[in-house]
Amino acid sequence: MTNRDLTYWPQGTVYGTLLNFKAERAAMAAQMTEPPYKSAPYAPVLFIKTANTFNASGGVVQVPAKVPDIEIGATFGMVIGTNNSAIQSNRAQAAPENIANWVAGFVLMNDLSIPHASFFRPPVKFKCLDGFLGFGSQMVSTELVGNPARFKLEVRINGVLKQSIDFSNLHRDALTLLNDVNEFMTLQAGDVLMLGTGAGRPLAKVGDRIDISAPSLPAFGTLSHTLVAEAS
Amino acid sequence: MKHARVAYAGAIHNAVESDGQLLLADGRRVAQDAVVWLPPLLPVLQARTILALGLNYADHAKELAFKAPDEPLVFVKGQASLIGHRALTHRPTGVKFMHYECELAVVIGKTAKRVKHDDAYDFIAGYTVANDYAIRDYLENWYRPNLRVKNRDTCTPLGPWLVDTTDITNPMALKLQTTVNGKVTQSGNTADMIFNVPFLIEYFSSFMTLQPGDLILTGTPDGVVDCQPGDVVVTEIEHVGALINTIDTL
Repeated sequence: MTNRDLTYWPQGTVYGTLLNFKAERAAMAAQMTEPPYKSAPYAPVLFIKTANTFNASGGVVQVPAKVPDIEIGATFGMVIGTNNSAIQSNRAQAAPENIANWVAGFVLMNDLSIPHASFFRPPVKFKCLDGFLGFGSQMVSTELVGNPARFKLEVRINGVLKQSIDFSNLHRDALTLLNDVNEFMTLQAGDVLMLGTGAGRPLAKVGDRIDISAPSLPAFGTLSHTLVAEAS
Repeated sequence: MKHARVAYAGAIHNAVESDGQLLLADGRRVAQDAVVWLPPLLPVLQARTILALGLNYADHAKELAFKAPDEPLVFVKGQASLIGHRALTHRPTGVKFMHYECELAVVIGKTAKRVKHDDAYDFIAGYTVANDYAIRDYLENWYRPNLRVKNRDTCTPLGPWLVDTTDITNPMALKLQTTVNGKVTQSGNTADMIFNVPFLIEYFSSFMTLQPGDLILTGTPDGVVDCQPGDVVVTEIEHVGALINTIDTL
């Protein structure tokens, strides 16, 4: 098999997760009990990145003219495997203890957004613009990298380190998230569930180059995009 | 013409309606109750975009105690939530309020980016009926309506037919009706949408490129009621079709 054969492209629906880092929830804690939210979220807070957002590493992201900054959402996507019978048979029951039963592998992802302060309504106009989901060229198998609790990510803008993310600080760890999502919907083979993006997500603007990499896990490579002004 | 996609005799077939029967692409004629109905959509190469409107009829917005929105309230659904005509939809045990939503579904026919209102109908392949069930017990005020309410397995019946645009003279003047066990519980008209189909295509395509096979579920009018296991729910839109669904439990 050549490298070309291994180039990753999402085969199913890509689901994202909001408020899945402890620091992100702590920063929102005072607002959670106020209107319009009125209480902290019970179920995982999910959204969908539609297929028009798919943008392989190395490409450009077109930024609409009226948008000064784009928020960078570095994360890992969990790619659901074909051997997901464990998921279906365990609906609303105890989760399998081995994440490899559910997840074929992991991919670097960049869940780009137009910054938005309110999470009351679904974020389609902020998150589903053309090209607003970057993904790495390699899916790295779960057998190779194991549990994502040990994963770390670094985000650089124009070569300068802007954010470090430690996936041991998740509100719901990978297995808990999978189980709590699976309580109400069956993830299909090829679907992707993103683990969430850390607090203090950096902003970038037209002309900036964004590089996302996983230190100590070189198999993921580097996920890179450049922001350009949208052609009128 | 009315197009269907069905499972029959161990394979999946494209079919069209013909004299009350199904004419399969291979020439066989079969009765409508002899097949398993799938959503009337051709396969697509990557994830199908399914946009759904909330509060897009003024009366329904009032019913749910919201003022009419000043821009579309849209959420996204995964393809795995779709299910065909005459299928079973699961009501979770212990919930108090699960309701249907009869909706005109628009199927995109060609790549749509920055489409102008007056050109919008050129980008439509056809229309079908969606029943966009909601489990209101699970509503939370985070990205509301949240996926636990709206993206459940079996909870988006679609069909029976994909009806060509040429068969629908004016999609913005179609009667909608839902019956539960034969009793009319919801009635309305697509003329009462707050944001009509050309507006929606212009709006969405201003920031996202839509592809053939993508769907827009255009919202539901007044008159949603709780449905219990065993209930037969028929969501019907004039000239488009009558989509039959039965509630069960897992």
